[in-house]
Amino acid sequence: MLLFDAMELITPNLGLVFWTTICFLAFWFLVGKLAFKPIAKAIKSREESIEEALSSAKKAKEEMLQLQSDNQAAIKAAQQEASQILKEARDLKSAIEGNAQAKAKEEATKIVAEARAEIQKQKESALLEVKQEVSKLAVQIAEKILEKELSNSKEQQDFISDLVNKLN
Amino acid sequence: MYSAIKSIVFVITMVLSPMACFTSYAQDSTVAEVVTEEVIAISETVTEGQPAHDHHAEVVDEQDPIAAIMHHISDANEFHIWGDIVLPLPVMVRKVDGSWSVGLSNQYHVEKDGLILSHGRIVDAHSHSAKGLIDLSVTKNVAMMLLSLLLLTLIFFSVKSSYQKRGVNSAPKGLQSFLEPIISFVIEDIAKPNLGKHYEKFLPYIMSAFFFILINNLLGLVPFFPASANLTGNIAFTLTMAVLTFIVTNISGNKNYWTHIFAMPGVPKVLLLIVTPLEIIGMFTKPFALMIRLFANMTAGHIIILSLVSLIFILGENGAAVGGAIGGTAIAVPFVLFMNALELLVAFLQAYIFTLLSAIFIGMAIEEHHEEAHH
Repeated sequence: MLLFDAMELITPNLGLVFWTTICFLAFWFLVGKLAFKPIAKAIKSREESIEEALSSAKKAKEEMLQLQSDNQAAIKAAQQEASQILKEARDLKSAIEGNAQAKAKEEATKIVAEARAEIQKQKESALLEVKQEVSKLAVQIAEKILEKELSNSKEQQDFISDLVNKLN
Repeated sequence: MYSAIKSIVFVITMVLSPMACFTSYAQDSTVAEVVTEEVIAISETVTEGQPAHDHHAEVVDEQDPIAAIMHHISDANEFHIWGDIVLPLPVMVRKVDGSWSVGLSNQYHVEKDGLILSHGRIVDAHSHSAKGLIDLSVTKNVAMMLLSLLLLTLIFFSVKSSYQKRGVNSAPKGLQSFLEPIISFVIEDIAKPNLGKHYEKFLPYIMSAFFFILINNLLGLVPFFPASANLTGNIAFTLTMAVLTFIVTNISGNKNYWTHIFAMPGVPKVLLLIVTPLEIIGMFTKPFALMIRLFANMTAGHIIILSLVSLIFILGENGAAVGGAIGGTAIAVPFVLFMNALELLVAFLQAYIFTLLSAIFIGMAIEEHHEEAHH
């Protein structure tokens, strides 16, 4: 009985083979071609679009980072430039200051030197004048003292020229 | 919310099934009014040589679980719904003499065109054998298959229109989002790795096979009308599916595939005398294994569940021992529940294995010539 049942169980029934073939082929060609293909295509294109969106997001992020680092570099450069300019200005200022000082010193020295020279000159001319005055006075005094003897005595003559020489 | 509904259903099932069994025992010693069709099938004592319509009328003294189980997992020309209620199915039988007998199965309770309904099948009225008859009737299995076809068509055309309606860039919804992971699984894990870059060409076949087997596995687990037929555990069904895989494999087979069968490269000419017949046998053993695997797994699952249900009737001594029936119920219900959960897994697993192996066989047949050292 059991063996008989088992034999029946593993003997394919032609009718069911026939119907399975029809049903499956119908399913395959109807649903397989008309529904599964578009579904698979839709899933695939969605996958692609998701992938694309992800990669473009990644790219945007990278670009943003790039932009950020660019900005930072620009800021740094600007800061550097500003400090450079500031430094130059400071240098210029000190240079101008030093220059002015030197010039003033020079001027002062020049003025002093000129003043000294003037003074010297004045002094000399004054001395000369004094000398001339003195010599004139001396001559006058000597004239007055020696008026009477000056004309005849040779000794006196020599004495006077000796005096004059000494005055020089 | 969803899990709350699930747990309520679970509790109701757990409470109701032993109660239903118990009340039916308490009412009557014949067990014709038990809850599910599963249990009803057990109650039918199939005696050799007796017309099927007599079964319910008789007061059954003895249960034969083996016959009941065999009856349940076999095909039938009528669809048993509930107790004595039977859905008659169209009959189309070519007799031994070449003439056709066409009608509804309920017309065959008495002899018609020399044919009669016995054990749910159309047989010759005199020899009580189906030998020589070509039965193209819409049987219980065929009816369920047509139902599954209808369901699949509705489901997938609705999913397809969801994709077209919602467009490619929006998230899936409803049925579409339920099926998308399964569809993606078939594409990503079955088709793509085994079929290589030409996978799209075979996708309709792979997906059709997967969903056709899957839905019929699942419907086979539903214990009441209009499902419950053991279609995927029927050798005719698995044979047809395996033959289709064989045909697809060999039609798509490239030069490389045929060379490997008839003139395996790198094998000495003399050895080819041994290798070639082996390769030719291999062409057939692959689909044969597909056929046996699906058939045996699904049939075994059904037999185990039915055996566990039979435990109630065996321990209850066919209604005579109420205590035994209660004990049997206490044992059977948790085990049947467990087996049903396991069969749910097997339903997916076998659909997966069948299509995975089909994809591997087709993949091997269309493989390009590039791995010489592999053999």
